[in-house]
Amino acid sequence: MDAIILQILNGLDKGSAYALIALGLTLIFGTLGVVNFAHGALFMIGAFCAVTLSRILTWSYTVIDETKTDFLGNPLKVEVPYVHGLFGQATGDAIIDWAVPLSILFSIPIMLFVGYAMERGLIKHFYKRPHADQILVTFGLAIVLQEIIKYFYGANPIPTPAPEVFTGSFDFGAMVGFEANQIIYPYWRLVYFGFAAVIIGAVFAFLQFTTFGMVVRAGMADRETVGLLGINIDKRFTIMFGIAAAVAGVAGVMYAPINSPNYHMGMDFLVLSFVVVVVGGMGSLPGAVLAGFLLGILESFASMSAVIDLLPGINQIIIYLVAIIILLTRPRGLMGRKGVMED
Amino acid sequence: MSKSNLTRRGLLKTSAVAGAGVALPTIFTASSAAAYTNEPTGSTVTLGFNVPQSGPYADEGADELRAYELAVEHLNGEGDGGMMGTFSSKALQGNGILGKKVEFVTGDTQTKSDAARASAKSMIEKDGAVMITGGSSSGVAVAVQALCQEAGIIFMSGLTHSNDTTGKDKRANGFRHFFNSYMSGAALAPVLEKMYGSDRKAYHLTADYNWGYTTEEAIKSSTEAMGWETVNTVKTPLTQTDFSSYIAPVLQSGADVLVLNHYGGNMVNSLTNAVQFGLRDKEVNGKNFEIVVPLYSRLMAKGAGANVKGIFGSTNWHWSLTDEGSKAFVKSFGTKYGFPPSQAAHTCYVQTMLYADAVQRAGSFAPCAVAEALEGFEFDGLGNGPTLYRAEDHQCFKDVLVVKGKENPTSEFDLLEIVEVTPAEQVTYAPDHPQFAGGALGNCNNGA
Repeated sequence: MDAIILQILNGLDKGSAYALIALGLTLIFGTLGVVNFAHGALFMIGAFCAVTLSRILTWSYTVIDETKTDFLGNPLKVEVPYVHGLFGQATGDAIIDWAVPLSILFSIPIMLFVGYAMERGLIKHFYKRPHADQILVTFGLAIVLQEIIKYFYGANPIPTPAPEVFTGSFDFGAMVGFEANQIIYPYWRLVYFGFAAVIIGAVFAFLQFTTFGMVVRAGMADRETVGLLGINIDKRFTIMFGIAAAVAGVAGVMYAPINSPNYHMGMDFLVLSFVVVVVGGMGSLPGAVLAGFLLGILESFASMSAVIDLLPGINQIIIYLVAIIILLTRPRGLMGRKGVMED
Repeated sequence: MSKSNLTRRGLLKTSAVAGAGVALPTIFTASSAAAYTNEPTGSTVTLGFNVPQSGPYADEGADELRAYELAVEHLNGEGDGGMMGTFSSKALQGNGILGKKVEFVTGDTQTKSDAARASAKSMIEKDGAVMITGGSSSGVAVAVQALCQEAGIIFMSGLTHSNDTTGKDKRANGFRHFFNSYMSGAALAPVLEKMYGSDRKAYHLTADYNWGYTTEEAIKSSTEAMGWETVNTVKTPLTQTDFSSYIAPVLQSGADVLVLNHYGGNMVNSLTNAVQFGLRDKEVNGKNFEIVVPLYSRLMAKGAGANVKGIFGSTNWHWSLTDEGSKAFVKSFGTKYGFPPSQAAHTCYVQTMLYADAVQRAGSFAPCAVAEALEGFEFDGLGNGPTLYRAEDHQCFKDVLVVKGKENPTSEFDLLEIVEVTPAEQVTYAPDHPQFAGGALGNCNNGA
């Protein structure tokens, strides 16, 4: 029982990341009808926003420490962050420590701009082209973006820790009556899950309870009619592209402490997120969220050694296996709408 | 009475034709016996540096390339000479190799076997490279080594740690300076026993590919031999990025040590996840929970940040070594590039020097002559103490470093501290050791 609870908990944070990326993918597909293979790259750029702010905050001047030497025997150059001079050492260190949460604010305008530029600069030219063309151009864009990041940040992962207060884990098992050390869960993953829930809730509330959201939903259902009513739906859809990029970006920012960001992390999530979208149902936002958590949890279960012993290799194929089963039994996915991606 | 028409001119002509006729087959025979693939005929010789320039190990590949460029400089008599001054063999003169100026071409392995073979093939066939070296993965090393064997080219591997490179996949044209999984196990086990005792329960997470298997086997057998129990071994996909679902069950298993048979991005992520789950703060079976990383790389340790603190592992070489060879190399590399070299850079530099020295001693670039010069070669002054290039499997035997993540690093390079220098005798094994069983060197190939 404790093993099952443990894997459900593990699946939640992984599912949170899948759900957030898939949510953005579905928003873009539902509004603009574009299959955006560059969406994983937006998640990666978000994580690198955290790296960048962290570097800005630790931007330093050099002080020579004559009492120590470097690897060549020269006097040691000690880096002192400028924030120490501006705010004092204690406050400066606290600001550096909280670089990742602060990066959310830093990343939102950047991601909105990146999303806007991507849509206006490239993707809008492919609206009337076949899906295969859209996939090719966005996939190419994803490769270009990750190579740009690699050029500036290198190929190695860059550690981007969570604030000190969130490091370590708590004993969830002991809290609910199991033996100690049976169900442990890191604080930051709990924060990530809570954060994902808030973002998902905010996106749904935005679409459900605002006039802008209502127009977008109407446009998703029947773009032509909304256009005939004199509403500039294209402009709103462009804004939605920016919002989807921001959702992927903040998901990436908060993921940075879980796995050190590297230029390839977007691709690692992209394929799985597409499976999530298809399983959830093309164009269905609740479907994307549901499938994200479902597949995240199933992936965790498939990684249990008892399961691997019984079915070797199941951990590598579980998501695709479930996708096949769901698509065979429910061809439109879990919550797919009729008429989406169908002629 | 017969009349002879023999004239002086006729005699000369006949003699010349007859002489040429007799000599002709000899010329061809001699030529074909001496010829070998890409025999350098001009005043230069070309070496092929096959390193990951893209993909996840691109930073390690860039460091390898820096080391190769430095080695070429030193071989051509430029710079401060680096380890040429400390190398026990004095055959190299700083005037290239056999008087030929050293030039190089580079290829991108992408850390993919097929791409690495294609780039090596291109350097051999199009650029005329007489030797191929480099790489940051055992899969690539084994694939390129086999290609070089077929092509009649010497392969001086870069960073490759799997037993198989000089075990079941060894080749007569291939040589490895880097240490291997068995050596990691043999060096680490006594230190682990001293630090953590002989009554421990280990849980292995192992990257699901060749290097992971040989490392798991080596660490498992070494630690079991000193009394540890292996509770479980779990294979993790090479593409895995989040290891939480593999790490969470570790405590439930009753294990008190986690061995991460991971390298590169896998190591960074699994170690980061393990620390996030608070494993190192736990107490199991009345002991502190510990994590072990069998193969450390400073470049990779940097990615894991503060999570490496206090964690034991092994490494081939470290810039903080104080022998004359290491000091000369660090000075040379550090002055040129502004930071200390990695172990990958060190092994690549040394491999280039060893190849050049072997050619010089053999007096020929012919692969079989070079192989003969390298086989059984004993040397010193290249950073790892007295070293033997064993003839039976073309593996170098030298001291191995046991290191641990430094608690209070003074710079971004100062991440590991040397705990013990394990002597070569302790990590030496018989050529037919079960972990290296199967395969044969075969015969060296001079190629076309």
